[in-house]
Amino acid sequence: MRSHRWFTPWLLVAPAVVWVVVFALWPFLNTVGLSFTDARPLSPGAFVGLDNYRRMADDDLFGYALTTSLVYVVVCVPLLTVLPLLLALLVEKTLPGITFFRTTFYFPVIASVVVVALIWTWLFDSRGVVNQALEWLGVIDSPFPFLVDRWGLLFVAILLTVWKGLGYYMVVYLAALGNVGRELHEAAMLDGAGAVRRFRSVTIPGVRTAMLLISVLVAVAAMRVFTELEVLSNGTGGPGGQSLSLVMLIRQVGQGLNGDIGYASTLSVALFLLTLVPLGAIAFMNRERKTSGAAA
Amino acid sequence: MTTTDLAPSTQSPATPPGRRPQQAGRRRHREPLYRRKGSGDFTKPSLPGLVTRYGLLAFVTVIVVGPLVWQLSTSFKGPLDDIYSFPPAIVPTDPTAENYVRVTDFIPVYRYAWHSLLVSVATVLSNVVLSVFAGYALGAMRFRGKIVVMGVLLSTMLLPGEVTVTSNFLTIRNLGLADSLVGVYLPGAIGAMNVLLIATACRMIPHEVLDAAIVDGATTWQRIRHIVWPNVKGMASVVAIFAFIGAWDDFLWPLIVLNDPSKYTLTVGMAYLNGNFQADPRLIAAGTMIALVPIVVLFSSLQRFFFRGVAEGAVKG
Repeated sequence: MRSHRWFTPWLLVAPAVVWVVVFALWPFLNTVGLSFTDARPLSPGAFVGLDNYRRMADDDLFGYALTTSLVYVVVCVPLLTVLPLLLALLVEKTLPGITFFRTTFYFPVIASVVVVALIWTWLFDSRGVVNQALEWLGVIDSPFPFLVDRWGLLFVAILLTVWKGLGYYMVVYLAALGNVGRELHEAAMLDGAGAVRRFRSVTIPGVRTAMLLISVLVAVAAMRVFTELEVLSNGTGGPGGQSLSLVMLIRQVGQGLNGDIGYASTLSVALFLLTLVPLGAIAFMNRERKTSGAAA
Repeated sequence: MTTTDLAPSTQSPATPPGRRPQQAGRRRHREPLYRRKGSGDFTKPSLPGLVTRYGLLAFVTVIVVGPLVWQLSTSFKGPLDDIYSFPPAIVPTDPTAENYVRVTDFIPVYRYAWHSLLVSVATVLSNVVLSVFAGYALGAMRFRGKIVVMGVLLSTMLLPGEVTVTSNFLTIRNLGLADSLVGVYLPGAIGAMNVLLIATACRMIPHEVLDAAIVDGATTWQRIRHIVWPNVKGMASVVAIFAFIGAWDDFLWPLIVLNDPSKYTLTVGMAYLNGNFQADPRLIAAGTMIALVPIVVLFSSLQRFFFRGVAEGAVKG
């Protein structure tokens, strides 16, 4: 049934569309365009061709940022795909007080990364609890300077990301586990399958889609990391900027009245292309699976 | 060993067969949480399994809450407390609330919290209202060009916000909103994701109900107010919670927009406090608690909606 004037729906969607165009689509196209110029905040700049891209290829800082992203993805994806699943299995059953545990496990997710990073700064300080514990255990003789060491910073930041992400992906897994029928588990039990066997043959296939989705989400989020490293390194990006992330580099290059908007845009385009890689990988894997399934 | 194993099985036949648990009034027969010997209910864990489960739950709780609780305790520690003691002391020996006042010697933390609150509340209001409008049109109305609109909204879901910050800052500056809270608020005023969530909820409204309202002569506004809103309230509360937390916790964008320390939001202000003063860790702890407590309270009171939203949003979106 049609009862509205032709423009009513357009009036209703107008704010959303205008916002998306002004604050997402246009800036994206603008970024791509600016990446071929030497624009500054107060001058539109001139077309410089691929200069910025050539500069990026030779930029040590970009190399560091790329390494950071790569390490982040490689470490975070397996950890945040597996650990939240185990956590979800732990809180899946309806037991007294289980809501309390679910809610509690979600607290890190809602906390601001800045807040958590400040707590972490304090934990991993040279006089902090972690160093004291390690010394007490006899692992180290003198405090390890986590926060002024390239890999130390990355380690602490990744730990923070994993700690903070557990609860979020746990909830996603809980939803997926709800779709795995109890009957399958019971049938497997009657057939004498142990807990490990049931995990492998019933649970994993049941949450396979969620696992793929989560690994992509984690990979994309890992490439966008900013706040953890920014706060933990106090904005420096570690010794010589070796622990910079791509987003930190984008901000450093583009900020201020004399910021290099052109080059910052080039780095932004690189970030965008990198976040497409996991999505492409999943699309590719799905196609592979379909074709191999058809052959079999 | 054998006696404990036998005890339950000798007990169960002892209960009179005729007396049903429901008839016993308030004294309901409680099912044990664990599987007893000989029980066919495979879905229940055995007693050792149950103990292990609670043990693991407690272990994870300590890992998750430990740092937050420790920070809370540090924020109440007085100058006589050794904050570097090991093992760390959770209960302050010289408790004081002084840190929550002294932190303002360095940064106007309560004004920053007020700024964060303003931005967050504005973000919640505009997101809820405008997403309901757009979601209704996209979910329950038919019109030419709908596919294009959906395409535009969906395409931005693949676009990380970090990619466009540089360019967005130019836009905000050209609008004359650099270094202002309006500039912080503006780009987040409506999220494509929120519109799509509400549109999904609107698709669930039966067509007959909306058609009946049209026959009765209800205007678009009346339909939104009296039919759409009651139906999408649940999803709208999810949108509201997400929008609030997102705005309250945001760091990168306010950091780029705001220059003047008197205009900072809470997250930017906290990073500023940490980076620019050799501040006492007790003060930083107090500051982090000011940032953390409101959102924990908000979340705890609304967690029912929240879990549903995360599950629906992540799996479908």
